[in-house]
Amino acid sequence: MKRQEYIKNIVLYSLLTIGGIFMIFPFFWMIVTSLKTAAESNHVPPTIFPAEPIIENYFKALDIAPFGTYFMNSVMVTVCCVAITMFTTILAAYAFSKLKFPGRDKLFFLLLSMMMIPFEMLIITNYTTIVDWGLYDNLLALIIPFTSSIFYTYILRNFFMSIPDSLYYSAKVDGASDWQFLWEVMVPMAKTSLVTIGLLNAITCWNSFLWSILVIKSQGNRTLPFGLFAFTNEAGIHYELLMAGATIVVIPMIILFLFCRKSIVTGVSRGGLKG
Amino acid sequence: MLRYKTKNDEVITPKTFLKPTLYLLPFMIGVLIFTVYPFFNAILISFKEDFRVMTDEFSGYGLGNYAHILSDSTFISSIYNTIIYVVVVVSISLIISLFIAVMLNNIKRLQGLYQTAYFMPIVTSSAAIGLVWRWIFNYDYGILNYILSIFGQDAINWLNNPKYSLVCLCIYGIWSMLPMTIILLLSGLQNIDPQYYTAAKVDGAKSKDIFTNITVPLLAPTIGLVAIINMISAFKVFEGLYVLFGGKPGPAYNLYTVIFYLYDQFYTKFKVGYAAASAIILFLIILVFTVLQNKIQKKYDYY
Repeated sequence: MKRQEYIKNIVLYSLLTIGGIFMIFPFFWMIVTSLKTAAESNHVPPTIFPAEPIIENYFKALDIAPFGTYFMNSVMVTVCCVAITMFTTILAAYAFSKLKFPGRDKLFFLLLSMMMIPFEMLIITNYTTIVDWGLYDNLLALIIPFTSSIFYTYILRNFFMSIPDSLYYSAKVDGASDWQFLWEVMVPMAKTSLVTIGLLNAITCWNSFLWSILVIKSQGNRTLPFGLFAFTNEAGIHYELLMAGATIVVIPMIILFLFCRKSIVTGVSRGGLKG
Repeated sequence: MLRYKTKNDEVITPKTFLKPTLYLLPFMIGVLIFTVYPFFNAILISFKEDFRVMTDEFSGYGLGNYAHILSDSTFISSIYNTIIYVVVVVSISLIISLFIAVMLNNIKRLQGLYQTAYFMPIVTSSAAIGLVWRWIFNYDYGILNYILSIFGQDAINWLNNPKYSLVCLCIYGIWSMLPMTIILLLSGLQNIDPQYYTAAKVDGAKSKDIFTNITVPLLAPTIGLVAIINMISAFKVFEGLYVLFGGKPGPAYNLYTVIFYLYDQFYTKFKVGYAAASAIILFLIILVFTVLQNKIQKKYDYY
């Protein structure tokens, strides 16, 4: 019996290791290629590890395309998006959970049903709105349409609902205003949910691609994913440079993932189940 | 002190709405302008004949846009391509994920390490990872052709031969769909009552029988749910395709998908009416699946 268990474990771990290698291979190959010389990256048979790792490709990539600017644009858009979204989400979730007004739950469920509208269906009109507002080719175009999220409000409202109303009423008796109660009691209690929402939101913002190719034109206003796509034309078919560019785009999110894997995974699994 | 009375003696005055309105305002402005309005506007545009977005002119309401795209062979082939993509990618990734999730659920050590490896792709941008796959699929120097050559296979022109473009897209699609699918199945597995397994072990059941007679039937609702969620996301395939083929729908414009068609009509050809009509058709397809998803979720009480 023990021997059987032992063999079972060996099979299990070997299969999982092989599968895991397949999953992370693209990341591995991206980083390894970015550290090879042009000659080595096009060498047949390919070398698994670079003979002599070099970082020149990163400097060359930065010479050809302003990845620094792209990076700053991405950071700015992501930070603004997350900050504003968190603010609107917290206020809305509070209104939908603790404030009482006629039709509150009806309105909320009406909003929930809108989660099934694919964003792609909205781009036609949103594009026109952005152009009409004079925001075409402006970083604000990447922020303003994404300041309200029904899904995040849904998650946070569910958490707020779980906080007993008695707490609310006793705070009221003590003379606290709604505003104070929200920011001094509710928000600190919802820290975990807020971190999850913030992370999901940051990842989505950082990777947003379709919308940016629609509303951004000039090089100075590109964010990283769009900048990287344009780079494929600017750099030509130098895959060692392209992989250096791709690494610049991916690394911040990988670092985030390594540090916050649990919150991200919880958030993503809830995101998958959203109705 | 209490500004709001309990439900029983609630008096509705304009003041009742003042505070909720203030709290909801920032959120509702965004929702109304960028979700509700564009949703209804897309429906409206799809019925406007000869609509010009710049001048806002149109000749009347009708089904012209729908008639046009439904007789457009590119749109028909985009539906066809999308359906093949959905069926292939969703079924294969579900089968692979099922095995991986069961294995991940059965190990006691190094769980964190394996989860990191399997889940990492969920945070990465398709712009970057699509590019990496382009490099893997490269005809002359790509690692995939090199691996094939070890097995004595001829090099395949993956990305430039239209015959293989759907295969490339599916490989990329399966790889990117795995993490999410594994996460959802794994959380479904963790909800199965361990008593079933204990009982099976007492009866001396084999691993294979436990898998087919306990795990799969008990996980069936989760599997159905995940399949539907994945179908919805697979129907919206666009970014991977766009990046893999450098902004084209396949090397010979042979691999249009519904969203690519929408994007092309809207952004490249300025046929807003056609774009809106294709968006509505996509929405209706997704709606069917969402209703199914909600039914399963309600029946089995998920969230």
